[in-house]
Amino acid sequence: MSLGPYASFIVTSYALVAAVVLLLIVWVAIDFRRQKQRLRELEQSGVTRRSGRTAADIK
Amino acid sequence: MPDQLPVTPATTIRMPKDSNMTLIELANPTRFLSLTARILPWLAAATAILLAIGLYQSAMAPDDYQQGATVKIMFIHVPNAWLSMFVWGVMSIAALGTLVWRHPLADVAAKAAAPIGAAFTFLALVTGSLWGRPMWGTYWEWDARLTSVLILFLMYLGLMALWRAVEDPSRAARAAAILTLVGAINLPIIKFSVDWWNTLHQPASVFRMGGPTLDRAFLMPLLVMAVAFSLLFITLHIAAMRNEILRRRVRSLQMMQASQRSA
Repeated sequence: MSLGPYASFIVTSYALVAAVVLLLIVWVAIDFRRQKQRLRELEQSGVTRRSGRTAADIK
Repeated sequence: MPDQLPVTPATTIRMPKDSNMTLIELANPTRFLSLTARILPWLAAATAILLAIGLYQSAMAPDDYQQGATVKIMFIHVPNAWLSMFVWGVMSIAALGTLVWRHPLADVAAKAAAPIGAAFTFLALVTGSLWGRPMWGTYWEWDARLTSVLILFLMYLGLMALWRAVEDPSRAARAAAILTLVGAINLPIIKFSVDWWNTLHQPASVFRMGGPTLDRAFLMPLLVMAVAFSLLFITLHIAAMRNEILRRRVRSLQMMQASQRSA
């Protein structure tokens, strides 16, 4: 597959899209872990929800 | 906290008779969380498979007789450009959900969609610029299409800043909903800018009266990539909504903890 004289523009475009999509996925995954961790810490300190559900119930 | 909001009559409408799930059940964040746990792996797998097929088709697509191989940028530029507008459309519906129906998950959906929409708009602008340099001879031109998309990007950033500036999520939600609906005026301007004004950007070649003007060899990879990116958005959006619900639970528990300490 030859990309011709403008290969750098094509490769840069695809690389940039891949990087930003990866960044979005990592951001969502880290944020999920962080929120679950905060919930767990709060529950361990004795604060619980009225429903009684805990961070362990969240998959 | 959204799962403690009062039930409004508007949210008790029953779903079609073949489903025993009511809208109020879907509006319940706890039920939403259990639903996301079940569907997210499937959505992620479908997105990965379609992206792989789309990328393969894009790589195998022939060169354009005028543009050569740079036509391959279209397969990522166009889906991002479509999604940049689609996400604002989703946020506009969510804004109506916040202001009119007071749906408990509406502002969660709007807030979660904004950074994803901003990312797609950024990618549409940059890939368009990288496509424009070899084809038009310039990275940027202040024409109607490019400028209106840049305004959309700035509106996404403004909306994200607004969410961060107001501490109370319900107050922020109302302000953000109004701004979102005002910003929706920009969507038809972006869509029809190439028809209303003389621009460097080409007119619509897929969604137009008389059908697509693209050859099937380019249209198929483009449509597959568009569906793949749409699935990517749905997956990320649902995951970000789940995170936002958890964030509000954390905030609620922190407030309970603070009030217990002060009592």
